[in-house]
Amino acid sequence: MNDRRSSHWSGRQAEAVIRVRGLEAGFDERLILKGVDLDLFRGEILGLVGASGSGKSVLTRTILGLIPKRAGTIALFGKNTDELSPEERRTLEQRLGVLFQFGALISSITVKENVQLMMREHLDLSEQLLDEVAMLKLDMVGLSPDVADKYPSELSGGMVKRAALARALALDPEVLILDEPTSGLDPVGAGEFDELIVTLRNALGLTVFMVTHDLDSLHTICDRISALGDGRIIATGDMEAMLHIEDPWLRAYFRGKRARAANAPAAE
Amino acid sequence: MSIERMQIVPSSAPRITAEREGGMLHAMLSGSWTADHALAIEDCASKLIGKAKAQRQVVLDLSRVERLDTIGAWVIDRTLHVLRGKGRRTDLVAARPEHRTLLGEIDAHGFHKAPVRNEDGPPELLVEIGEGVAGAGNSLIGGLSFLGESVVAIGRILSWRGHFRAPAFIHQMELIVLRGVPIIVLISFVVGGIIAQQGIFQLRRFDAADLVVDLLGILTLRELGVLLAAIMVAGRSGSSFTAELGAMKMREEIDALRVMGFDPIDVLVIPRLLALIIGLPMLAFLADMASLLGGMLVAWFYQGIFFPAFLDKLQAAIGMHTFLAGLIKAPFMALIIGVIASTEGLAVEGSTEDLGRHVTSSVVKSIFMVIVADGLFAVFFAAIGY
Repeated sequence: MNDRRSSHWSGRQAEAVIRVRGLEAGFDERLILKGVDLDLFRGEILGLVGASGSGKSVLTRTILGLIPKRAGTIALFGKNTDELSPEERRTLEQRLGVLFQFGALISSITVKENVQLMMREHLDLSEQLLDEVAMLKLDMVGLSPDVADKYPSELSGGMVKRAALARALALDPEVLILDEPTSGLDPVGAGEFDELIVTLRNALGLTVFMVTHDLDSLHTICDRISALGDGRIIATGDMEAMLHIEDPWLRAYFRGKRARAANAPAAE
Repeated sequence: MSIERMQIVPSSAPRITAEREGGMLHAMLSGSWTADHALAIEDCASKLIGKAKAQRQVVLDLSRVERLDTIGAWVIDRTLHVLRGKGRRTDLVAARPEHRTLLGEIDAHGFHKAPVRNEDGPPELLVEIGEGVAGAGNSLIGGLSFLGESVVAIGRILSWRGHFRAPAFIHQMELIVLRGVPIIVLISFVVGGIIAQQGIFQLRRFDAADLVVDLLGILTLRELGVLLAAIMVAGRSGSSFTAELGAMKMREEIDALRVMGFDPIDVLVIPRLLALIIGLPMLAFLADMASLLGGMLVAWFYQGIFFPAFLDKLQAAIGMHTFLAGLIKAPFMALIIGVIASTEGLAVEGSTEDLGRHVTSSVVKSIFMVIVADGLFAVFFAAIGY
């Protein structure tokens, strides 16, 4: 798997699809992000790690425009978001597919309708094609056709994540933003989900930004890892580089007991 | 493929130019086969299938396709399957590597048509009538069994075996009674005034305008005060009660309570039910007073009946039983509101839409049942001559 992931993007000239500079954001008196610099290059899978409460979700949500920023710049596809009109920004954001941590499927409509939601709104498709494409997307994320007409409340945790991924893929986004995609999945399911993301990245040419705690995901699928601590990016690099960073939390995280177990197969 | 999606450059429409060569149809695809041209793509594909009728072999040349996304790839894949299904030989040639990867991925996920919806079955109307009747029966039984559970729980508390949750009860009293006072007093005051005004105007025709005091006193104390209070409480507290319980049910909080050894009825329902039963008579009393006050002001304004005269006439018109006949109904109405609100709340499943439906039905059902109960009480009081 290692050669498959690196070959895809390393030769390419690095174009930053998301570029964040000096980003500050927070709630009320409390500043959570204190100057974050981050680049997401086209074609890569970037993992964002950090202790609970370090602001990983705040960073993702600020990039998505769900939390207003206090300072700094965010550029999506080379365009500074401050200089865009709200409409232009919405058009750009259609090129981002987002998987929320708990799926955030709309509970009052079926899985298939969830997948079709964005297509119906933004595209002019025949009813037949809508159905076929929705079924295709569900199949691509490994869901069986009978799931299509179920409601989100009838699905298991893993199925919710897959359905939410199918919805995120609805408009063929260029960038996938995943918030803890494997949390709440069993190790086998998490492994399958990781595989799925790599497959989709390779087949659809996606760029993936994932917030994760899952050491296995970081080992197996992430090209680069960025670590968030104290409101800043304290380190960026591949797994090898992470192991040599002297930061108490990173040390504990990447070289703790659980990390050694995850490291073992990769060390061969 | 999405990599090449450039939104700045207007994309060219998808086209197919087909040439026949012997028994072979050579189709050249060009333009962008992407979602924004979906209708044109489907059109192209169906035309191609039409043209391929007489040919034995179809070659799709993708060399001039500028952009391709999953929707375009899907339609190409579907077209290939349709042609193969009709016994044509098909070839894809000169696709760019990235387009080939995408087509391969789509092909790997198998060709499946969208499932055909089953339209046969019993007529909708009959199904709905049946479901409605069964639903009404179920909710009646559900309400009764819930009432039973509540009575048992209250019994436990009264016999000191259960734990009465005073803080929760006080909190609910504040929410239901104290916070409800302003609005209930206000509407009762206004309604009292309206009744007095209309009463005066109509009774003047019989030269009996002074009887408005009797009309207002009896109507307010027996029926209106308690009814207004109950309807307002059903709308204010019943709905929030259903929404709270429903949201807790959706987020498994009720299951969590049960697992931790609490009885959800003890913890959640009883404090609210008791607060309703004790609070509604208090609110009904305030509504009575506000309504009489409103009527008294109007009677003075339109008919010149000053307060002492009004109170004298009122005392002559009503007795203790008039006042009690109204207030006795309040606890029963409170029980109806509480039981309906909690059964609806606990019946919420999964979706947010379901929550909304149950809140609506909680309010509608409780107001309806409160009015029905009021009617039954009227019949009952008439029968016993109270």
